[in-house]
Amino acid sequence: MNIVVAMKQIPDLQQIRIRNRQPLFDDVPLTLGTIDKNALEAAVVLKEADESIKVTVLSAGNEEVEDTIKEALAAGADEAFLILDDALEGADSAAIAAVLAAAIKQMDGVDLILFGEGSGDNYSGQVGSRVAELLNLPQVGYVSSMEIKGGQAVVTRTLEDCDEVMEIALPGIISVMAGLNEPRIPSVTQILKAGKKPKEVLELDEVDVDIKKLAFTETISNLAPESNRKKIVVKSVDELLQGLRSENLIGR
Amino acid sequence: MAGILIFSDKTNLALELLTAANSISSSNGDIKAVTINNDEQAQALSEAGANVYRINAAELILADVSAVAAALGQAAAELGSDIILLSSNRRGKELAGRLAQVIGAGCLTDVNSLEAADGKTTCNRNALGGATVANQYLKADKQVIAIAPKSFTPAAGGSGSINDLSVEVKPSAVKLLEVKTKAGDSVDIEAAEVLVAVGQGLNSKDDLAMVEELAKLLGGEVACSKPVATDKKWLSEDRVIGLSGKICKPQLAIILGISGQVQFTVGIRDAKTIVSINTDENATINSLSDYVLTTDLHEAVKAMNAALK
Ligand SMILES: Cc1cc2nc3c(=O)[nH]c(=O)nc-3n(C[C@H](O)[C@H](O)[C@H](O)COP(=O)(O)OP(=O)(O)OC[C@H]3O[C@@H](n4cnc5c(N)ncnc54)[C@H](O)[C@@H]3O)c2cc1C
Ligand SMILES: Nc1ncnc2c1ncn2[C@@H]1O[C@H](COP(=O)(O)O)[C@@H](O)[C@H]1O
Repeated sequence: MNIVVAMKQIPDLQQIRIRNRQPLFDDVPLTLGTIDKNALEAAVVLKEADESIKVTVLSAGNEEVEDTIKEALAAGADEAFLILDDALEGADSAAIAAVLAAAIKQMDGVDLILFGEGSGDNYSGQVGSRVAELLNLPQVGYVSSMEIKGGQAVVTRTLEDCDEVMEIALPGIISVMAGLNEPRIPSVTQILKAGKKPKEVLELDEVDVDIKKLAFTETISNLAPESNRKKIVVKSVDELLQGLRSENLIGR
Repeated sequence: MAGILIFSDKTNLALELLTAANSISSSNGDIKAVTINNDEQAQALSEAGANVYRINAAELILADVSAVAAALGQAAAELGSDIILLSSNRRGKELAGRLAQVIGAGCLTDVNSLEAADGKTTCNRNALGGATVANQYLKADKQVIAIAPKSFTPAAGGSGSINDLSVEVKPSAVKLLEVKTKAGDSVDIEAAEVLVAVGQGLNSKDDLAMVEELAKLLGGEVACSKPVATDKKWLSEDRVIGLSGKICKPQLAIILGISGQVQFTVGIRDAKTIVSINTDENATINSLSDYVLTTDLHEAVKAMNAALK
């Protein structure tokens, strides 16, 4: 059985600084989305229970993905399938989905494709659903548990007010919920071995997608909201309560 | 002029979409609403002024995103709608990308405000995990925009119509085996004037009792950071503040043992007054707070409860 996990390279959000409301990306290390790591972990857990499972990590992005993706190979993916071009950095979800779908078509016998519920930086939750439509596959999103049985998966989709237990025919697409598992932290030996795992790297023109025609989203501005908090340091609970009372926030 | 189509699985959210659609309709044409196997919602929408097109087909289930996207794609084509507004709850978000792909549209989700000007519909949405607000528009004839819950007030009053619409239902490759309703913790933290939010700084589930007491003394509700609900399962997901939880704007937010990562702060940064109690004087949340107390939250809560009683 072949499982593909789609993972996006993102800047480490913890390390983005804001100056004059502008996000600064200089020297911010690149990593993979947190929820995408949950998706990978879910695949690796399935693989541990069934040796015949092969896990391929799939990513589209700039040249640096080749290095960033080692994190996924070290954490248990067997191989990587990458489509690299600087034009893919920050490309529209529609373009990324088209590229990923085209790449999946080039792989043989894919049974299950896992996504995160949202990418770390954009968190728009579009790409998995778009790929599902492009490949005409069934999908279940917000999956908090899954089990493979024969030619299908039985999964739980967690909505705001209920859980849906679903059976989905394979091949199919599953997007996992944030926090459904605790992604493993690879050991040093695993990190060293990761560099030797097979990687298939395609250039953009090797998949037949005109990403310029799929540039739908125009960004006018992207700024941190203004914040002018008082930042009053108080020394005790009494002092705190006094402050809140003086503003009529408590004891009304 | 192209029209606007609205759809949500939830009636209250569909009514919010109607308000959103009204706010941009003068430059985008007439508004139509679709309901799927939900006559009650059709009624509510028509009473709020919408022209409703009911799809009633027992074999079409909301849990099958592929089939719902196909049905809405047909509805949009038939009704001549180019802009489709969905709700950005989980169901709506999962649907948005698929529907956009069906009709060849651009798509934005988690949109919390809309403005129609110069032939564009500009949208605000959180980006970079909530660190920034992106102001964006879609340069595409067809657009799918998913609107975050509570970004608009529900529409009320008006007189619309109810019509029937039949669509071809796509064969399903998913089966809904069981629906488990969640145990009823129907708290509305977005409506609370005072929130006492706890994070991973809380030692144990037992310590929640004193936090609840504090919330009660302040006339507010207990809320939490995401790991407290999803990892520790001490509180229900309904109480999570943040990017994947609720966006809250209380008068007073007391933040206990929460570090203040962007995905959390995006949900509380519009509070009027923020208090942070944290053992780490350099916690990120402190720079986003009005009052900062560096101490153990358990001691502080006990002292506050004693003082407020
Ligand atoms: C796509 C995505 C979406 C997310 N959505 C959300 C969301 O909606 N909401 C959300 O909250 N998170 C969300 N997260 C997770 C978020 O990134 C953080 O992991 C989370 O907010 C951290 O929770 P915390 O502050 O409670 O825990 P921690 O970061 O572990 O912080 C605990 C804090 O408690 C303090 N502390 C420890 N002991 C004490 C004590 N005795 N007294 C006082 N203080 C103490 C520590 O100094 C620390 O500051 C999301 C993440 C991703 C990737
Ligand atoms: N450039 C990319 N390469 C590989 N997978 C991606 C890429 N962008 C998004 N994804 C996948 O699609 C999911 C949803 O992304 P998004 O629609 O951006 O929220 C992510 O969690 C990833 O699994």
